[in-house]
Formats: sequence, C-alpha cells, structure tokens
Amino acid sequence: MTDEKIRVLIAKPGLDGHDRGAKVIARALRDAGMEVIYTGLRQTPEMIAEAALQEDVHVVGLSILSGAHMALIPRILEQLRAAGMDDVLVLVGGIIPDDDIPALREQGVSAVFGPGTNTDNIVRFIRTALAAPSA
Amino acid sequence: MTPVRAPADLIAAVLGGDRRALARLITRVENRAPDALEALARLHPHTGQAAIIGVTGAPGTGKSTLVNALALALRQRGQTVGIVAVDPTSPFSGGAVLGDRVRMTDLAGDGGVFIRSMASRGSLGGLAAATGDVVRVLDAAGFAIVLVETVGAGQSEVDIARMAHTTVVVDAPGLGDDVQAIKAGILEIADILVVNKTDRPGAQNTVRALRAMLELGHRLRNAGHHGAGLLPAPLEALAVDSWTVPVIETIATEHTGIADVLAALDRHRAHLHGTGEIADRERQRVEAELLARLREALLARLLAAHDPATLAETVRRVVARELDPASAVQALVAAACGDGSAPPA
Repeated sequence: MTDEKIRVLIAKPGLDGHDRGAKVIARALRDAGMEVIYTGLRQTPEMIAEAALQEDVHVVGLSILSGAHMALIPRILEQLRAAGMDDVLVLVGGIIPDDDIPALREQGVSAVFGPGTNTDNIVRFIRTALAAPSA
Repeated sequence: MTPVRAPADLIAAVLGGDRRALARLITRVENRAPDALEALARLHPHTGQAAIIGVTGAPGTGKSTLVNALALALRQRGQTVGIVAVDPTSPFSGGAVLGDRVRMTDLAGDGGVFIRSMASRGSLGGLAAATGDVVRVLDAAGFAIVLVETVGAGQSEVDIARMAHTTVVVDAPGLGDDVQAIKAGILEIADILVVNKTDRPGAQNTVRALRAMLELGHRLRNAGHHGAGLLPAPLEALAVDSWTVPVIETIATEHTGIADVLAALDRHRAHLHGTGEIADRERQRVEAELLARLREALLARLLAAHDPATLAETVRRVVARELDPASAVQALVAAACGDGSAPPA
C-alpha cells in the first residue's frame, strides 16, 4: 500500500521579483499529480539546499530571470552536493542564453526550459528522468 | 544512485541527529512504505518527550506566519523545533502546492529547526493520514517542540485536537459575525485562541465575539459534564476541563503578541501536567489512533476479501434501486467475516 508521489521544490534564487513563471510551473506540476513545495522569492543557495534536504524532494526547479544564473547555479549545485543531495534532478527555467546552457549541463543541471516551454514537456521530462534506472 | 538504507541504519542515523536520514525516513513513513511500520515500532520507545502543539484556523488567518514567529521565539529560549505543515491535496489530480515555507524563511539556516511540508493526500480532517506518524518521528529525533500546522480549516477539521497536547486556533478580523463564533466545530477545540492581524479594522469585534462565545461555552461545558452525553465520546474528556481558554491578540508579521502566546502555551502545559490531564489526553489520543488504524486495516482486509466484480455488481444493484446502501454494506461485511451479522439478503 505504498503511496509514492513525485516531490518537487520550486525556488527563486537571487533578487529578481518575477515569480509568475515559477507559479505557472508549480500549478502545472500540481495538475500532473506531483507535490510541489513552493518556497517563494529571494532564496539563497543555502536555503534552497536546506529546503530540498528537509523536504526530501526528487526534483529542484530553479527560476532565474535576473541574469545571475552563472553565479547562482554552481553555488546551489555545490550546496546540494554538500547536503548529500547529489541524486536530485535540477531543472532551470527563466531567461538563460543558449550559450550558457552547455556549461550549466556540464555542472549537473539536467535540463533548461526557456520561456514558452510547453509545461507538458516539463512533466514528461521529470517522469522519464525519474523512471530511469538511476532513480 | 543513493543506496536505499536499511531501516536499522536509518533509525540509528535519525536518533543520532542525521537530518538527511530524518527526511528520508519521513518520506517512507508518509508513503506507508512496508519497512516504515518496523521503523515506527522501533522509534516508539523514543517518543513521548516532545510537546506537540497544533495550530489551526481558516485559510489566510496567518497560521504559517504565526508558526514562524512562535518557532523563532522558542529557538531564542533554546528549544529545538520540528514543524509539520499540512496543505491540501487536489482531489482532481492528486497533486498539491505546499506553500507554508514561504512564510517561514526566518527559520532558514538554523540546525535546531526542521520543517516538513505534507500534502493531505485525501484525508478530510485537516491533517494527512500519516501526520501523526511524522510527528512521532520528529519526537523520536529529539525535537523538544513539534508544531503541527493544519490545512486551512473550516468548521469540522478537528483531528488536530486529538493529536496535539495544546491546540491553538487562529482567527482574524472580518471572517464572520458572532453567529459563526457560536457554531460547533473548530472554535470548540481551542485551548488557546489567537486573533491575528489585530492591526486590521474590526479586530476588537472579533475579540469580543470570541470572548462572548467562550463565556457561553463554559456554562455548556459544565452542563455537559453533569448532564452527560451532550458531547460525542471521543472528545468528552477534553470538555471536562478547568482550563480557561485565553484570547490573545497578535500581529504575527511584526512578532507582536508572540510572547503572550508563548506564555499561554507554557501555562497550558503546566495545567496539563498539574491536573494530570496530560495522561487523559494521551490515553484518548492513543485510543483514537488505534480506532483509526483498525478502521484502515479492517477496510483493507474487507476489500481484499471481495472480488472487485462483486463490488461493481453491488454498486450496480444499488444504482438500479434493487438494493439499498445500508443492506449492501451489511451483506458485504457478513460475506467477508462469515459472522452472520447481516440478515439474509
């Protein structure tokens, strides 16, 4: 009688105050049957890793529109690793130039979803990635 | 990638203060994983130390903000705090958005605090079915205080009163007139009433209405005590009570009035221990929990005893008005238990 749910942390690191995209994703993942922990604006890398650990999530979704992604994301990945959360799936959304994507992928980001991404694609990506043997 | 640890390892790690192991164990308990029962059985001797405080109230009254402020104040006194925050699961998708952490960012970076969000997963009493077990895990892990925040509750989500030692009901101005205050339900379970957002207009009306309700309630409680049977059995002992429910005004966003709530929590705890009521509550809590677990276990066995086709056929007959629901249930129970408790169909 186990009742497993996909748990996702949606966080907005950094200082920009635009959280509409993050809320749209949170709602879409909820409608796909996932449990979404929404942490709100202005989260530090430390706060994100701590929340991911306490909530024991499978996925961390980061929304960044400030352009600070190349500074913030490596620190978040480092904090997640330090917390022993290196098996968590890290997804990034927001305004991320194409040129930066390979570097982010190399550091451990599983996927980058830009503006206009169909939310069904994100749901499918998460389900596929978590169904893979490593999960 | 991370190997799934055996429960024995996990339990030792949880008792040793490993937060990652604690989070993992909570997930297994929440998912009703097969090895979670064993883990809970082994943690049971380590429980019973924490003060369990429930915080409930209508959506938007400021429960999360109050929990944040209370936890900060408790930390300043040096007490460790576990928080379980429950939000509703969508009945349509089974998913949930758990947003209570948004109000709890003041607690980030403090190793003496552990916050866990839970979805209600179909339970209707304001908590999830596994909330009690998660509270037990936090208790065993050594948190001195466990704060349980219910879903935004209306008039009948009173499960928290059976789980917590002290129940705080949060109200806010402008949510209803004084007739709301005399209705049955959530206000009756309060050990402490908090009127939050008292910087809003109408706050004094809310405070007055609640105080008036409490005065009426006290007389009724006494009448119930002597007249007997006015209250349903499971909460009976809660009503036989010499505690006077305080009404406390707060502005949780500004931490105003929080010291008063803390003082009331201390007074209530002293009252529970001084009068011996803590033992009554514990007995009652265990009884309610055993009944809930029995119900769950018996239902599972009963459903397993019947072919799904039999159930579908029974549903069809009730829809077709060949059978009424009560007789259908009697027949299903009798067929599964073979105890002849139902009259012949």
